[in-house]
Amino acid sequence: MPISRRTALKVVLGGAAAAVATPVTASTPIAAPADAVGLLYDTTKCIGCKACVSACREANGLEPDTTWSEGRYHAPLDLSARAKTVVKLYDDGARSSFVKAQCMHCLDPACANACMLGAFKKREYGIVSYDVTYCIGCRYCEVACPYGVPKFEWAKAAPRMVKCELCNHRLAQGRQPACTEVCPRQAVIFGRREDLLREARSRLAAYPNIYVQKIYGETDGGGTQCLYISHVPFDKIGLPALGEESTASLQRTIQHSIYKGFAAPVALYGLLGAVMLRNRRGGGEPS
Amino acid sequence: MVSRREFVRLCTMAGAAVGLSATAVSQIVEAAAKGLKPSLVWLHFQECTGCTESLLRTSHPGIADVILDLVSLDYHETLFAAAGHQAEAALQDTIRKNAGKYICVVEGAIPTKDGGIYCQVGGRTAVDILNDVGSKAGAVIAIGSCASWGGIPSAEPNPTGATGVPMILKGKPVVTLPGCPPNPYNFLGVALQYATLGTLPKLDELGRPAFAYGRTIHEHCPRRAHFDAGRFAEKFGDEGHREGYCLYKLGCKGPMTHANCSTLAFGEVVDCWPIGIGHPCVGCTEQAVAFRIPMHTTVPIDRPTPPDTYPPVHAAQGSISPVATAVAGIIGGAVIGAGYVASRRIDDKDTPEARE
Repeated sequence: MPISRRTALKVVLGGAAAAVATPVTASTPIAAPADAVGLLYDTTKCIGCKACVSACREANGLEPDTTWSEGRYHAPLDLSARAKTVVKLYDDGARSSFVKAQCMHCLDPACANACMLGAFKKREYGIVSYDVTYCIGCRYCEVACPYGVPKFEWAKAAPRMVKCELCNHRLAQGRQPACTEVCPRQAVIFGRREDLLREARSRLAAYPNIYVQKIYGETDGGGTQCLYISHVPFDKIGLPALGEESTASLQRTIQHSIYKGFAAPVALYGLLGAVMLRNRRGGGEPS
Repeated sequence: MVSRREFVRLCTMAGAAVGLSATAVSQIVEAAAKGLKPSLVWLHFQECTGCTESLLRTSHPGIADVILDLVSLDYHETLFAAAGHQAEAALQDTIRKNAGKYICVVEGAIPTKDGGIYCQVGGRTAVDILNDVGSKAGAVIAIGSCASWGGIPSAEPNPTGATGVPMILKGKPVVTLPGCPPNPYNFLGVALQYATLGTLPKLDELGRPAFAYGRTIHEHCPRRAHFDAGRFAEKFGDEGHREGYCLYKLGCKGPMTHANCSTLAFGEVVDCWPIGIGHPCVGCTEQAVAFRIPMHTTVPIDRPTPPDTYPPVHAAQGSISPVATAVAGIIGGAVIGAGYVASRRIDDKDTPEARE
């Protein structure tokens, strides 16, 4: 059968529509690993001293980020290849809040899902850790992360991905992460995720007029091991409204749907085969 | 002669000045009371006597108390009563009697060029005297930057080949107390600890006591809050300078300079040091800085820490330049065009005309 342009477009678009229309299976809530540890950050306690920023840099052996300060300060504007944590300020004139940013250690991490070789993976304590031996530098993780956490070392000849790994080298020595150790007001604390959730709930209950009655990270983006409680709405302090579905599950749905029953590849290659077959027949006829 | 009460008070001051514990103080008292006053030999080479002058101005304890009650000052060219052959005889006598026990203090650099002829005392070169007196001492203390690493005499072009004590006395631990002048209490602390306990304080790789040179001026500067907040004096006498702002931009060497000037006042006069009077630190203790980096040139920050400011939660995004948009448009257009041409070819072959 000769294929017209119209037919060809129809088949391709039809295949794509079929792929998108495939019913998305509702995923069950993701369970945290049994040994999951994390951080609990409380905006009402943070005084913005940035002791965590300094301690993190030293504990992780990172070069100071002096790009914007003529060499005077370690002053990252955001998470960067030289800053695994950064303290930012929200101020709208009426309300203000500090916010500490670092890897959220998702229960279902988008970076690990996007990583084709498993350089990023949830390993011990549920920490999303990095194994450079598997990394090919594609930076898919950087694009996939809904919080903009993994950063690529553009300035280095042999670059790595840089992000908070909850100081797992210190945990191995029986110590807590550098940021929680130095925090003078326990604005950020380290512990088992269950304990942190319990602590957060009790704080919300104790001061219902102060806190937004929600623990960010309990279910957001499928749940995270780093949790936030705040006196200003979470979207103001840079924590996106992600819903309960993890970003990774959306990625999986799209990928899995395209290949469901191997229908889309069969359709695509069937179409190409048909074109080739037709061309060969056409070419065989005397002109 | 002082009373016992007065004497204990004196020893407590000496101990407290350098942070010795109360038990150490009682040991100082006992040792000194028994008449076991350690012998101290003070050598002067290429120097300005500024180190001695600053030592003469201590009051807790005063230098008179130190040299009359705590140590036996057996040779010191500035504080001598004797002179000439008598003085040199006293030196030889002390070395012989207290070999391996006395404290040798060196003030001033040692010239090494042309056989060391540029500094001679009693017909002997500084190198000879140092090798002789230093090698037989129980402890060697190099006081001041000159004795520690060469100081001013070693500044470019260093015509006399001046250098410090550690460079001459190889293989013997030398306590260095760089500074121009150094804080005299750092000297008293080291000397009295050795005199009473027979030990030296913890030293770094340059022989500097950690209690005094363990951190930089910048780390404990009274003006640090202004640095963190980004408030700088831009020039001498401007508004910021009068407000006591940070002197970094005027060339302060605090970030590179290891010393305790900010925590231990000179001669008990608070703020009696460069930064205290509104002048940048000149880095007098550091070989890499003093008399090498111009006084008002800024230096790198050793370990940058965060400023007193914060990035916003939602950082401003960079805008896309028109050129980038145009390039992207051209590439996109080319892809669409190629697709269109390819589809035309499928179509063309379909039509009867094309088959003919």
